Amino acid sequence: MVTELAKPQNKYEEAFRALKHRKPTVAWVELVRESAMDRFESLGFPTVADEEWKYTNLAQVAKEQFLPTDRESKLGAADVARFTFAETTASNVVLLNGIFNAELSNTTALDKVVVLDLFDAIADARYNKLVRSYLARNSNYHDKGLTALNTAFLESGVFVLIPKDVELDAPLQITYIADANQPGAASFPRVLVVSEENSSAKLVENFVSIGSSAYFTNAVVEVVVKHGARLVHSRLQNESANAFHVATTSAELGRGSSYNSTAINLGGKLARHDISVVMDHEGAECWVDGLYVVGENQHSDTHSVIDHQQPYCNSHQLYKGIMDGNGRAVFNGKVLVREGAQKTDALQTNKNLLLSPQARVDTKPQLEIYADDVKCAHGAAVGQLDQDELFYLQARGINPELAKSLLTYGFAEEVIEKIGIESIRAQLDKVVMNQLHTRLETQS
Amino acid sequence: MLEVRNLHAAIDGNEILRGINLTVKKGEVHAIMGPNGSGKSTLAKVIAGHPDYEVTAGEVIFEGRNLLEMAPDERAREGVFMAFQYPIEVPGVSNAQFLRLAYNEKQKHLGLEELDPLEFKDLLKERAKVVEMEASFMTRSVNEGFSGGEKKRNEILQMAVLQPKLAVLDETDSGLDIDALRVVAGGVNQLQSPENAVIVVTHYQRLLNYIVPDFVHVLANGLIAREGGKELALELEEKGYDWIKAEMQSNGTGAPAN
Repeated sequence: MVTELAKPQNKYEEAFRALKHRKPTVAWVELVRESAMDRFESLGFPTVADEEWKYTNLAQVAKEQFLPTDRESKLGAADVARFTFAETTASNVVLLNGIFNAELSNTTALDKVVVLDLFDAIADARYNKLVRSYLARNSNYHDKGLTALNTAFLESGVFVLIPKDVELDAPLQITYIADANQPGAASFPRVLVVSEENSSAKLVENFVSIGSSAYFTNAVVEVVVKHGARLVHSRLQNESANAFHVATTSAELGRGSSYNSTAINLGGKLARHDISVVMDHEGAECWVDGLYVVGENQHSDTHSVIDHQQPYCNSHQLYKGIMDGNGRAVFNGKVLVREGAQKTDALQTNKNLLLSPQARVDTKPQLEIYADDVKCAHGAAVGQLDQDELFYLQARGINPELAKSLLTYGFAEEVIEKIGIESIRAQLDKVVMNQLHTRLETQS
Repeated sequence: MLEVRNLHAAIDGNEILRGINLTVKKGEVHAIMGPNGSGKSTLAKVIAGHPDYEVTAGEVIFEGRNLLEMAPDERAREGVFMAFQYPIEVPGVSNAQFLRLAYNEKQKHLGLEELDPLEFKDLLKERAKVVEMEASFMTRSVNEGFSGGEKKRNEILQMAVLQPKLAVLDETDSGLDIDALRVVAGGVNQLQSPENAVIVVTHYQRLLNYIVPDFVHVLANGLIAREGGKELALELEEKGYDWIKAEMQSNGTGAPAN
């Protein structure tokens, strides 16, 4: 047993040594990587014995030993085009297997902001200090094995700086492409976004893949929204059916800032998204919404933590889930209202729709309140399609299968419509509709 | 067009319809009236194929075919339409999308041409006039946030788009103010032709001032207690339903007293 456990870690150790040799960096980053590797070695991958991972089993990921690939990319602009949207064709940054790819990126509409390879930002005297103060600050690697693994393999990524008072018109897209033509590849994308005081921007993340082998994505995205800044963050996870996807989004909000996140989880064989928002200044507000859709042989897990540390902050959460086939989903939403965080207004809603008798969802809302003058509410619901609604559609000549997809789509739409970017919304409408159709057809 | 013969239907084992006979011919307007619990809404739902109701005996023949063997969606595509007493909200699906889908499903079924969104928009604009509905209703989700009157108008709009052979209006007048009632009734009248038929299910005579029936059938205790022309509706308005119930008790067709 001991040797079995030690084996994969040795393999990561070996890859880590190779990385240090291949991509040396400045002393403080070197130190961060080494400490992170140490932490990963002692923490390892989380197991189902860990309360936070009770329903999501990463044993296969631990066993497969996915490693970063150093293969040269053969992708061209045409391969990327289908992953961008009308609004982001000139504001798209591509990470290929986690590595910043300038050739595939188009940043012509991003002249008002700084978008760099994270490693270039570290080497740049203008940004070095900023990166140093925020990198690994909200996504800490000390007690999370996956974040430690991502941090240990830091060799690229994206640094985004939206300067003070800048209003970015075009949404900024980050496209994470996993090249899964080669089996067993891992990517460890790392992103740091700093929205400076009173700036305003839209950020779109799109996780996609090319090829059909099994692969592992372990992404860490850190977001800093400073005083009075606004950030609208849409995250689309559309990995392949053979993907293992784990990701962490950590946001910290400044005084009077607003952060609006919508996470759409459609793909992956196993997907896990941890999102945390720390509100450690007064008057911040966040919306943390999401949709997860799982079908046959899919597993999707969302863990959110909203940490109210200061008074007068509002948080709103709406997560919806659609489970079909033998698909399984998990939602764990924690709202923490710390002592002194008076006048907090926190709302959390989780609604789930089960489309088949084999589908399953585990939902667990958690409220921890240590202040006495707050307004907090949460609710979780699990249900099936309403028979009266189905009959109504049938009575208009719509066949039962189509009626089911229409109602399911309508259920999802409440979240999709929160995405304020027209072409993304339209595409999602299509994707969700298609996904539902195919599933419903194969089921009948 | 429609032949209902000795129809018995139950919900959760309770028999609601106890032997209904009804013949509806092309071009006719029939009113089904009756007190609460008489089974008139059940009759409408059984014709539309609501899965909660079990037909225990009898038959329903529509255009020479056994209606009871058809799924609800097939009945609709064949030309049976029920305007719901409580129209359902379908969030996330726009009225225009929904109507086009329903329209095209029917066209496809009948081997007729389907319409693309632009062509359909023109058709919709034309048909919407029937119920005086504004364009803004088309982009809103089906019935979501609609007032009671708007929902009923939307039902008639659906009817206008689908142009059924047989329309069954299930208490379409309930909860309507006089203006909405006039619009809804006007819509139904415009859609009426020698080729189709309408069954109006209602508790009150009020709607029948606007949609004038050729025949009135009064239900009580799951049976047709009285039949007549439009003057029967007026008689009921004046005398209420109690005399019919009393009459049934006395001739032994009433339900046993609880």
